[in-house]
Amino acid sequence: MQRIGVFVCHCGTNIAGTVDVVAVAEALKNEPGVVHSAEYQYMCSQAGQDLIKAAIKEHNLSGIVVCSCSPRMHEATFRKTAAAAGLNPYMVEIANIREQCSWIHKDMASGTEKAIILGKAAIAKVNLNTPLTPGESPVTKRALVIGGGIAGIQTALDIADAGFPVDIVETKPTIGGKMAQLDKTFPTLDCAACILTPKMVDVAQNEKIRIFSYSEVVDVRGFVGNFDVTIKKRARYVKEDICTGCGLCTEKCPQKKVPNEFNLGMDNRRAIYIPFAQAVPKVATIDADYCTMLKTGKCGVCAKVCTAGAIDYEAKDEFIEEKYGAVVVATGFNPISMDKFDEFAYNQSKDVITSLEFERLTNAAGPTAGKLLRPSDGEHPHTIVFVQCVGSRCEACAEKGKEYCSKICCMYTAKHAMLTRDKYPDTDVYVFYIDVRTPGKAFDEFYRRAVEEYGVHYIKGMVGKVSPEGNKLKVQASDLIAGKQLHIDADLVVLAAAIEPDKSARGLATMLTASMDTNDFFTEAHPKLRPVESPTAGVFLSGTCQGPKDIPETVSQAGAAASKVIGLLCKDKLTGNPCVAQSDEMMCNGCSSCERVCPYGAITYSDKEFRMPDRTTKIRRVASVNPAVCQGCGACTVACPSGAMDLNGFKNNQIMAEVDAICKM
Amino acid sequence: MENKNERRREEILRISGVNPRKCMKCGKCSATCPSYDEMEYHPHEFVYMVESGELAPLLESKSIYKCLTCFACVERCPRGVEPAKLIEAVRLTVIREKGANHLKADDIPAKLDEEIPQQLLMSAFRKYSK
Repeated sequence: MQRIGVFVCHCGTNIAGTVDVVAVAEALKNEPGVVHSAEYQYMCSQAGQDLIKAAIKEHNLSGIVVCSCSPRMHEATFRKTAAAAGLNPYMVEIANIREQCSWIHKDMASGTEKAIILGKAAIAKVNLNTPLTPGESPVTKRALVIGGGIAGIQTALDIADAGFPVDIVETKPTIGGKMAQLDKTFPTLDCAACILTPKMVDVAQNEKIRIFSYSEVVDVRGFVGNFDVTIKKRARYVKEDICTGCGLCTEKCPQKKVPNEFNLGMDNRRAIYIPFAQAVPKVATIDADYCTMLKTGKCGVCAKVCTAGAIDYEAKDEFIEEKYGAVVVATGFNPISMDKFDEFAYNQSKDVITSLEFERLTNAAGPTAGKLLRPSDGEHPHTIVFVQCVGSRCEACAEKGKEYCSKICCMYTAKHAMLTRDKYPDTDVYVFYIDVRTPGKAFDEFYRRAVEEYGVHYIKGMVGKVSPEGNKLKVQASDLIAGKQLHIDADLVVLAAAIEPDKSARGLATMLTASMDTNDFFTEAHPKLRPVESPTAGVFLSGTCQGPKDIPETVSQAGAAASKVIGLLCKDKLTGNPCVAQSDEMMCNGCSSCERVCPYGAITYSDKEFRMPDRTTKIRRVASVNPAVCQGCGACTVACPSGAMDLNGFKNNQIMAEVDAICKM
Repeated sequence: MENKNERRREEILRISGVNPRKCMKCGKCSATCPSYDEMEYHPHEFVYMVESGELAPLLESKSIYKCLTCFACVERCPRGVEPAKLIEAVRLTVIREKGANHLKADDIPAKLDEEIPQQLLMSAFRKYSK
């Protein structure tokens, strides 16, 4: 029989205002197992905790029930209190009589009655509680960063700075991500390459960091502190350690008609290429889809011109297996497709472009060497229309746009408009907006400068349609403040396309058992208080894979994710959660139901030898739970048809005892 | 009077199935409207005025007959507000209350020519008569 102490908290008037706490303490006194019952103004205060400790010792308590706020709030507090008094922390139960009782009831009588019922349920459970001890697991002191954009680069640099080895896996032939494609960055207008490429070089030179470029993660197993990851290094047909990055092959390759993805297809590259001058690693890559040698066996020009002898047409994909203690997801974003937005004529006219294409058109390393020229005829545009919120805040049709605000478009459009007016004062620039959202340091000032100093025409209203006519684009739009429908003959239309998570994110989330929202952004463990951790232990989030954000925010989050990783890797052992599932092998019928429902991959089956009552042995297939991977969600206990699966700390008989206690009233 | 206005407003919302609160006031409906210049009140104003209960000017306006029901606004509204359905409902309210016929069967023969499709006559009756 347990010796249970009950402690009822007033929480000032938070509880005592609607619940007669003295009556609750009195009513619970005579419950089975209860040997002590008390109430106090603030149980979580130092004095309140001392009261609990003293009572544990004085009455030799084997379990306690605290009737207070939600266990989310103070369960950990009271577990520590109990442990300090020598009681197993898992012998503590919280009856939530604040959030689920006093705050939602207005009437003292019903509030008190419910508090007593909740208290009785908790007592019924403690009567069946058993002391639990958490297990321990080791930590592999190496981190994996998936994605080599600015988020991944910053996270890797910060982790390496703390002395831990880091591997970056990047699908493209170079790290750098979207930031490498940008021209200037708001609100200070420093050139993106000037601030990014030194960081890329830092990554390349850091002894703690390995870069797996042109690679992808294909398999993840294990759990926090002990991930086993398989990385597929795609064949680039160039030996990375030998290639000097001289670029001769990329000039001599006869296959010149390959759309250059770095310039969003606005010009062509060769079949063997280095994406851009400052690429890291600066190594050529052969595009197998276009290389004549790989397709027909007749060419070999690059091998002939390569003085280093780095070309290897026989190269095969390699698979690398490595262990990691922590995984950081930094998979980034892409602009959405404009194919479904017929009204803006994106697919009809070359002169309707997206903002990312505009970045390349104004970038000195872009297809026009930084001169703003129309893609159709190479003429200088005199009237430019920017359209905001194309596909963002679009609730109507999910297949077309995104319901959320893409966050970065207001600022980059202000930047584009301002820079255009600065460089080409003879240009008329119109920006059609629904709302201008500029909450950020020096952001609104930046937008106002575009209007006041640079004379950008900001018009409240949306563009309804764009129709190409001759070499003009007829833009029909609303000017809601003037109450007019505007017709503008534009030379260039720039669409601020919504951004969406990279397509690789979903597959990765499945491998990592990390959760995602309906838009395929990774979910954080808590939206405010744990913003860089995934609910899956050991998986951390950096950059736009978690939600739209600009460069300053991405870098802050990248640093935050790194600090969480460092905190994890600093530990030699990890203490687990003892409230995990456990299988009774004698009852298990080997049906695999639990294995199928487990979202964390914590359950495995194996054949075991059992002694039967008649002294024969029998081999049976039974389930076992890896306690380090199990998160204690309880899905398996519900799925198990034979009742073999049970959750420590929340066993079926404990839950039923609580239900019985409530129903007895 | 107040009650009558509120009843009308509810009726308009009911028969159109439109929730004007979904509007984020971007003006794309009026930007795309081919009848914009013909109308005194424009699609976005219909949404705003029905929401704020300012029905009298709409009910008296010729704008309700100028809407082509081309559904461009419905197609392009990013929030799925469907302004054309709302305008249709305002028009229906007027027609039902007045019993007014803007198109009579006797008017038809004078208007006929070989180019006019049957379907147009059908929809004209639906749109302009009781």
